[in-house]
Order: sequence, then C-alpha cells, then structure tokens
Amino acid sequence: MSAPADILAARYVGSLGGSAGAFQIDVAFSVPMQGLTALFGASGSGKTTILRCIAGLQRVPGHLSVGGEVWQDETTFRRTHERPIGYVFQEASLFPHLSVRDNLRYGQKRALRGGANETISEADVVAFLGLDRLLDRAPRHLSGGERQRVAMGRALLSQPQLLLMDEPLAALDLNSKEEILPYFEALHERLSIPMLYVSHDLAEVQRLADTIVLLEKGRVVASGPLAEVLVNVDLPSARRPDASAVLDAEVGTFDARYALTSVSVPGGTLLVPGRVADPGTHRRVRIAAADVSLSVAPPSQTTITNVLPARIIHLRPLDDAQVNVVLMLGHEGDGARVLARVTRRSAELLGLAESQRVYAQVKAVSMIRRRGRS
Amino acid sequence: MQFWGELWPAVRLTLELATSTVLLLLLVGTPIAWWLARSQARWKEAVATIVALPLVLPPTVIGFYLLLFLGPYGPGGAVAQLFDMRTFAFTFEGLLFGSVIYSMPFVVQPIRNAFQAVGDRPLEVAATLRASPWSAFWTVAVPLARPGFLTAAVLGFAHTVGEFGVVLMLGGNIPGQTRTISVAIYDYVNTLRWTEAHLIAGGMVVFSFAAILAMFVLEKRLSRLRD
Repeated sequence: MSAPADILAARYVGSLGGSAGAFQIDVAFSVPMQGLTALFGASGSGKTTILRCIAGLQRVPGHLSVGGEVWQDETTFRRTHERPIGYVFQEASLFPHLSVRDNLRYGQKRALRGGANETISEADVVAFLGLDRLLDRAPRHLSGGERQRVAMGRALLSQPQLLLMDEPLAALDLNSKEEILPYFEALHERLSIPMLYVSHDLAEVQRLADTIVLLEKGRVVASGPLAEVLVNVDLPSARRPDASAVLDAEVGTFDARYALTSVSVPGGTLLVPGRVADPGTHRRVRIAAADVSLSVAPPSQTTITNVLPARIIHLRPLDDAQVNVVLMLGHEGDGARVLARVTRRSAELLGLAESQRVYAQVKAVSMIRRRGRS
Repeated sequence: MQFWGELWPAVRLTLELATSTVLLLLLVGTPIAWWLARSQARWKEAVATIVALPLVLPPTVIGFYLLLFLGPYGPGGAVAQLFDMRTFAFTFEGLLFGSVIYSMPFVVQPIRNAFQAVGDRPLEVAATLRASPWSAFWTVAVPLARPGFLTAAVLGFAHTVGEFGVVLMLGGNIPGQTRTISVAIYDYVNTLRWTEAHLIAGGMVVFSFAAILAMFVLEKRLSRLRD
C-alpha cells in the first residue's frame, strides 16, 4: 500500500496486555507532515501508546506510513533505531554518564554516520536553545527546564524527519514550563520538522498545535485542523469548562491614547490591551466560550469593548442550565468560528435560533502564540 | 627467608587463579546477567537458580561433581585428550573451570542487579537516537552498570582467593600447580606450624578487609557520579 508523501497515516488495532487488565486500542488517523499535531486526551486515552508505536518502542499490530515510507505493515517493522525520528520523553532522560555536549552528540554522530543530511548543526541547536553555558556540565547539575532543553536539542541533532514529544512539559514546574514554552514556539516557527505532541493540557494544545487528534479510551474521537475541531460542539472538547476557539489574527495599529492594539480576525476586529506586536504580524488569539455573551440587538451602553456581529451556526444544549453556541463572525456570518456559552434561560428568552444574526460580546481575548497559522 | 620461598608459589598461583577467574567470569557472566535482567522468558528463574546454586551447595559437593565431570571418564576428560592430557582434574585449567562455576553467582548477581537498575528508559532513549541494540549495550548499559561490574569483580576475586573445598576436591595439593593459599593454611595447621598459619590467615583478613572497603568506597563514588 502506498501513501502520499506529505502525510503520516497510522492505524493500530490490538490489545496491550498488562496485569491491570488489557487495554484495547483501535485507532486510525492521518495528519499532515507539517506543523505540530497534538495527540490530545485524558490519561488512559492511549495517546502515549500511539506515540510509542510510531517510534517503534512498542509493537501493536497495524500499519504506519510516514511521508510515503512504510514503517510498519503486515510484513515490515522498522526498529526504533532505523526510524528517522527524534523523541522527547516526559522526563528528560539524559544519559547521566555523559556531559551535555556528549548527550547532544550521541544521536548526531550516529545519524550522520547513517547517511542522514545535516539539516541542523550543533551550533544552530546550541544557539537556538541557549545551551552554550551548559555544554561541559553533567546532567545532574542542570535544572528541570535546562534538562528538557538539552533533551530537545539532542533529539533535534539526530536529524529527525519527525519529532515525537511525549508531554515534554508535564514533569516541569510552572516556572520551568514558562521558560521552555517559547522554545517550543520558536521550534515550530523556525524548523520545518513535523511534530507529534502528546498532551492532556488543552491550554498547551491551543497554544502550540495546528492539527489535533482527539483520543478517548483508545479510540480517535476526531481529528483535523485545531481551529475546526475546537469549535465542533459534537465533541467532548467543546463540553469542557475551558472550551475555547482559536483564531489567526493580524496585528493592526496601536492606539496610544487608550493603550489598545487592534487586531483583525476573519469577520471582525478586536481591541486588546497593550502594544502586542508590530503591525502586520500574525498572532494566534484564543477566545473562551465562557467569555462570549450574546445580544440580539447592538448593545449600546456596555463596558465590553469587543462587540462583533455574527451569525448562529449551531445551538447545542450542554446540560440542564447551559447551551453551547457556535457562531460565525461577520455581518454575513462568513468569518471565523467562535464558541459562546449562554444559559438555557437566556437562549429561550431571546429566542435564539440557528442562522439568526446576533452580536457577540467578547469579554476577554488572549494572545497565545507569537504567530498564527499563515 | 625460607618461609617466603615456600609460600610464594601458593600466593602467585592464588592471584593468577583469581585474576583469570574474574576475567573469564566477566566474559561469560555478563551475557548471562544481561539475559537474566532483560528476558521475559518464564524459565529464566530456573536458569537464575542454577547460577545461584553454588551459594548454598557445600563446596565438597561441587568439587565432587566437577571431579567426575573433568576426570578421565567425564566429558572434561574427553576434551583433555584433545590436548594430550588424561584429565583436567589436578591441573590449573581444571581449577580455573571449577572456580568459574563456584564464583559465578558472585559475579552474575551484582551485574544482573545493575542491569535491572538501569531500566528500559536509557535504552529506549538510545534507540530513538539511532543506536542499535549492540551499540546501546556498550555505550549506555555497560557504563551505567559500572558499579555492578566493580562489585562483581571484587566479590568474584575475593571469593576465588578464599575457596577451599573445591580446590581440595579438584586440585589435590600440588605445589605451584594447584596449591593455593587456603590449602596452604590447612597444611600448616595440620603440621602444627602455627606461625606460618597465623601469618597467612592474618594476611587474608587484611586483604579481604581492604578489598571490600575499596569496593564500598569506589561504589559510592561511582554512584555519586550519576544523578
């Protein structure tokens, strides 16, 4: 079976034995070989197992083709060291008997000896991850965040064609997380290596991912572009208290008088506090469903700055009290989709219905990434 | 001094025997320890038990079977004939073989424990960094298991130096060939030469103390190098 060169296609069906009872896995998905794809789900959803299967660290019957090459099928099983991957584990797992420099070079020299093209050099990685002061140190003298940076550098230097990351931030405290997140963003921006990123943290996924594979109990619930999947009210992700939409925004002018920057999103313009970035650059913004309220007439006397015309696409009861509303921004309702969460009482009193024109009052907008999708 | 002239062959033989035994055991015992540490086979513990048997069997029992095995009518004797010898019993080679069997648990067990302590993760990391299993073994597993190898070497050496029953059963008491220190002490006591017996016995106590102490200190230092 041949597969297109620009996707990763995986299918695994099998059970994993274990003393705590067998775990059934039955997944099939294909994702683009570019940008960052998040494997997202609660613990026990099988996301780490899938990542380990893709790395060849675990063997579940199935089929895997990466960029047109078959890594696993009925007759083939490429072993881990024969797969051009980089793998960042949850714990940095540096080799304790080697210096930082030798850790970095461990995979690099083997990859180059194996005939890989040097797409990223040691100097690049050191500069990019800020490792120059650490090179001669032993791993035990590094902080958690520093270790994880070295682990990332080590994986990158093995010249991977696919970077696999298993909750690389989960073991870090909040400070180390904040220290390391910008590196992930930069990684994503500056390198063209496709990445698969396992996470159970929706905020992290909203910030980093372009594509999402939503997993539950060993099955794929949904997969596709992040912005689309997040606003799909049929999915469990939209039922979470922190359900949000992410939008690509182009930064506009800064209004010095009120210290507000205008950013335009498909279907409207938002004002955000502070000088966020240079005009013309792209940012990703997140709008939480709980921060959007609706009004059928243009609200006049309100402290809410951001009021955007929109059209209702879907109404979905969430529970006895609340309703999820999918909106498309713009007078014609042809802009980006956002979610709103309103009470069932309000929805009935206002007579909200699908395809109705409304005004979305956006209470808070967070800029979550230096760049949006372009 | 006449006493030293008499004793030196025994000391030299003992050191040669212990050194060769340790080297052979590192060669043979490491793959066994690796397999015991990593295999999922059900009968693995049966193999582990066989390796551990010399810990509990009386040395005379081991010596008895080794004598049959290496003697002219055993498989060892058949091999010996290839080398134009009648038997391996009462030879240095026979003694070496016996020591390898007798000291095996003292070498295999620490190395097995060390390999187990290394765990799966470092080897998985090595595999994701393009290292073949063979390469990962040498560049990751062995360096990380260094304290275990040290313990194994010291215990194997000290245990071989102190072996008595097997030597007596298998080697007899041929000066320069199979007469080791521990057998020499036995002789001195039997012939009521207390001074000599005292000197060797005291020397053995000092040596053993130094060996074990050095091992503990080194082991501590090695494990501090990690984490």
